[in-house]
Amino acid sequence: MSANQNILVKLKDAGFKINDKWLVQGVSLQVEKGKIVTLIGPNGSGKSTTAKIALGIYKKIEGAVEKFTNKVGYVPQKISIDWTLPLRVNDFMVLTENLKSETIDEALSLTGVIHLKDKNLGDLSGGEFQRVLLARAISKKPDLLVLDEPVQGVDFTGEIALYELIKKICDELDCGILLISHDLHTVMSATDHVVCLNGHVCCSGSPTDVAKNDEYKALFGEQASQILSRYEHKHDHIHTDEGKIKKN
Amino acid sequence: MFDDFFIRALVAGIGVALVTGPLGCFVIWRRLSYFGDTLAHSALLGVTLAFTMEFNIALSVFIISSLIALTLIQLQKRTNLPGDALLGLLAHSSLAVGLVVIGFLTFIRFDIMGLLFGDILAVTVDDLLIIWIGGAIILLILKLIWKPLFASTVNYELAEAEGLNPDRAKAIFTILMAAIIAISIKMVGLLLITGMLIIPAAMARNISTSPQKMVVYSIIGGLLSVILGLFSSLEFNTSSGPSIITAAFLLFIISLFKIKQTIKLKN
Repeated sequence: MSANQNILVKLKDAGFKINDKWLVQGVSLQVEKGKIVTLIGPNGSGKSTTAKIALGIYKKIEGAVEKFTNKVGYVPQKISIDWTLPLRVNDFMVLTENLKSETIDEALSLTGVIHLKDKNLGDLSGGEFQRVLLARAISKKPDLLVLDEPVQGVDFTGEIALYELIKKICDELDCGILLISHDLHTVMSATDHVVCLNGHVCCSGSPTDVAKNDEYKALFGEQASQILSRYEHKHDHIHTDEGKIKKN
Repeated sequence: MFDDFFIRALVAGIGVALVTGPLGCFVIWRRLSYFGDTLAHSALLGVTLAFTMEFNIALSVFIISSLIALTLIQLQKRTNLPGDALLGLLAHSSLAVGLVVIGFLTFIRFDIMGLLFGDILAVTVDDLLIIWIGGAIILLILKLIWKPLFASTVNYELAEAEGLNPDRAKAIFTILMAAIIAISIKMVGLLLITGMLIIPAAMARNISTSPQKMVVYSIIGGLLSVILGLFSSLEFNTSSGPSIITAAFLLFIISLFKIKQTIKLKN
């Protein structure tokens, strides 16, 4: 066991390569109970790879990864399901763990897709499927949630609601979350720790610290830096393109 | 009651169908039809070795098929050849070696047709024991690894990430495939075993909405095929394997009408 009982997963100088090409290298981070760690970075910067290292999907890695829990919920970025399987939402929910019917209903209600319970998984839209994926991951009440772009394809209002849900789940279950997101706006308001990747860790720290970092600015531009620092206040309105407050 | 060859064949066939039903679903879901074929082809080698060394046929087939499966896994790791090429390579090589060995065994009278297509006259009480005990063990193990195997069939990374150890489940499943081929070879014959695995399961896919239903329908389909096939085999004096598989194929065709209905309902 680690000295700190709250640590769920810990990466130390972790890296992974395929055919001598490093996908990501030298990543050190840890996810603790009740904390949200967010990975940001441009396309191909190794965010998903880092998540898969943390999950133990990639085995031949450099460095070390220590996982202190087996109760893991995972929402992968891409999932290809073979439709030769007759699979309903309900069957999918109990894929890795047997759950009570009420538990399934509760999770599906939380993500707003309870009405799809008996539908064939192949008949869902992208956004609906994403909500089912999230429901499945949270339904088993995991210690560690790894969410790789969990709201992709979800409509705008749904996106905000789901991020709020993720934050709420983190608090209620006291679970640790490793989150990957492109949406700097929504994510930063809830994140405890940000790791900015670009093939390696280019900077990490609290959202405000990262926003001030020069490497971060170089990677995402000056504007992104302002987004992060603006999250000192609670965002309860929507901006128009010109930055004015939008009236509903 | 097992004095009558036909009763023996029927009991044997029912035992085989109970096991090929669920296993066949996984063969379809995991796209292993040609893998099954390869193991079945290698069974000939197993049979010939059993004759040369006066060894139990089912056990010998099981050992050879398992070895071929392990060889395949190793070759996949160590070569850049595509999977289907490796399957073809192993299937035909082992079939050829098996036939060459038969050529040397001139001192034994060989019923090669029975071997290839199944022979209901040849089912003994010992075979019944092997089928039912072996079958029960296969089903028990399949039940134990169901969760990780099914989860990794749906999505490997989810199963791995959530701690289900899919690699172990896959390895065990491979051994189960070798075992079902070993116990069903006398009934269906080595050329048609894969048919017994996939055709009832394919029929079941057409009419089922959940994985559990597919397994149940696949078993029922297998049982019906065995019963229909064996009675017609007796009636028309045909080999048992082809008769059973033809019956399964007829059931598959009937199931196609059910799909048409479902598609109509949807629109």
